[in-house]
Amino acid sequence: MPVNAASLVIGLSYASLLFLVAVGLSVVFGLMRFINLATGSLYLIGGYIGWSVARSTGNFLLAVLAGGVAALLLGILIERGFLARLHRKELLQVCLTLGVAYIVQDVTRWIWGGDPLRLRPPEMLRGSLELFGSVVPTYRVFLIGVGAVLAVLVWYVLERTKWGAYVRAGVDDIEMVECLGVNVRRVFAIVFMLGALLSGIGGALGTPVTGVAPGTDVQLLLMALIVVVLGGLGSVSGAIVASVIVAMVDTVVRTFWPQASFFAVWALAALVLIVRPQGLLGRAS
Amino acid sequence: MMMVEFLRQGRSIVFVVALLAALAVAPAVLPTYPLSVLTEILIFTLFAMSLNLLLGYAGLPSLGHSAFFGTGGYVVGLLAKYYGTPAAAALLIAVVAGVVLALITGPFVLRTHGAYFLILTLSLTQVLFGIVWLWRNVTGGDDGLPGIPTPKLPFLIGRVSDTANFYYLALVIVAVAVASLGWIVRSPFGLALIGIRENERYLEGLGYPTWTIKYAAYAIAGAYAALAGGLFAYFKGFVGPGQISWLLAGEAMVMVIVGGAGTFWGPALGSVLVLLLRYEVSAFTQRWVMILGIVFILTVLLLPEGFIRLPKRLRDIRSRLRREAPTGPTVAPVGRSQERAVERAIERS
Repeated sequence: MPVNAASLVIGLSYASLLFLVAVGLSVVFGLMRFINLATGSLYLIGGYIGWSVARSTGNFLLAVLAGGVAALLLGILIERGFLARLHRKELLQVCLTLGVAYIVQDVTRWIWGGDPLRLRPPEMLRGSLELFGSVVPTYRVFLIGVGAVLAVLVWYVLERTKWGAYVRAGVDDIEMVECLGVNVRRVFAIVFMLGALLSGIGGALGTPVTGVAPGTDVQLLLMALIVVVLGGLGSVSGAIVASVIVAMVDTVVRTFWPQASFFAVWALAALVLIVRPQGLLGRAS
Repeated sequence: MMMVEFLRQGRSIVFVVALLAALAVAPAVLPTYPLSVLTEILIFTLFAMSLNLLLGYAGLPSLGHSAFFGTGGYVVGLLAKYYGTPAAAALLIAVVAGVVLALITGPFVLRTHGAYFLILTLSLTQVLFGIVWLWRNVTGGDDGLPGIPTPKLPFLIGRVSDTANFYYLALVIVAVAVASLGWIVRSPFGLALIGIRENERYLEGLGYPTWTIKYAAYAIAGAYAALAGGLFAYFKGFVGPGQISWLLAGEAMVMVIVGGAGTFWGPALGSVLVLLLRYEVSAFTQRWVMILGIVFILTVLLLPEGFIRLPKRLRDIRSRLRREAPTGPTVAPVGRSQERAVERAIERS
């Protein structure tokens, strides 16, 4: 049985990255029915900026922060510049964010070239350690830790604070929350920006694992979309569960039947949506 | 009122006749390369128009329409490769395959709305992509099926070049298909579709079988997309997984939106714009992807109803500059969105 601690670690570390990209998308999706096809671009920009900063300063923490901030700035630009005026116009949102994704992909290809770039993990996280009888890369274990901490943090903010209650209430019934005097637009803007920040951090953290190249954005976008619909729109716990499921399925199928990994995840998504159109932990609309 | 209606109809007949005449003489004036681009534009016009039936008329945001396009392509490719079926029969079977695929997937995707519909159509398309990719010994995997013989109109052989010959074949098929689509959207069925987009519950209350109407629209759109896909496979002489890829569906979606979703000629204009941008701009700059992206964004910001509304938009702007009342009967956008909000509120109560 090749499913041992090693593949568990690989799967869970991938799940951490997926969660970082998907959670913002999910909440934005659930809150405003906003379809952001530029999510992968936020990851991409985070990865590239992180790579450059790490290259020039040699400081990994700084690189992760820079990647997050770069994605945050792009997110602010998208939200303030365009999205605020496209409420509930799904087709225009798709067209616009696809346009942004095209531009980001071309600009990054212009600056960083078309070859995949990979970052070496910081000194103390290189090498491997032994876990339950198998050797696993230290950096992957670190990723799982970061992912878990951020997941708990996001879950706490959204499920246990008053501000999070606004967000969840907005997902359930936006008109009612508006009537109660909550500025849903502002809540939405903040959620969007936090989501962008997390995606950028994910991009920078992911560079040592997935690398960055033109096309990473599309790959991450598609995976994040699956996570979002699988977990249910706007559900943080759904995003956590779905990230783990998608990443584990992907990893396991990749070991047994490498060509089919792509297919398996989509088949899973299609199956879940056919049986439960609202996703695993989503509420029926 | 009758007079106005008659004049408008007369104008659109003149427009269609002029367009057809221009397209018919195009091979006489255009060299080979622009003619093949024009052929591609014709095929994508049909593809985008079929998607518009869902996107624009029925309000169903499908991001998986390439599934039908690719199915049509693979049916044509497989029939040509294994059985040597003549083009007319192969295209007909491709259309039937498109309808069958739509009839099978329809009951599942039509359970969802809005964003979920978008993702579910995307997922199913990706599953189909995966099947084609993995089923190497039939579909050729990522190598696809090369060497599909291009059909020719027999009475034109020897009189015009091969490119022009296929161009005329595509022109005839696309023209007939577009005319039939025009008939469909003007029929009571087409009007019911628009009604579903605007307020499905209201139509249901009037006794329309809304689910059946959407199901039928989904099948019809699948049929036309498969026809376009089959033509495209003949045009390229090749069919591969790229013709199922969701990127193609996204491109078609953008064509519809850039041209004008929910208008009859909008998708045609969109396919002209997007393909010309791709082929012309890529000739003189490497940065055409960026330019395409900028065009998408500017369209959304400046012409949210698509390029088809450009003349009206310009008229509005000019009359606003002159501080006069708008020339035509225009609906104020604020009023409409308020109306929508009220409608929603009523619907929810």
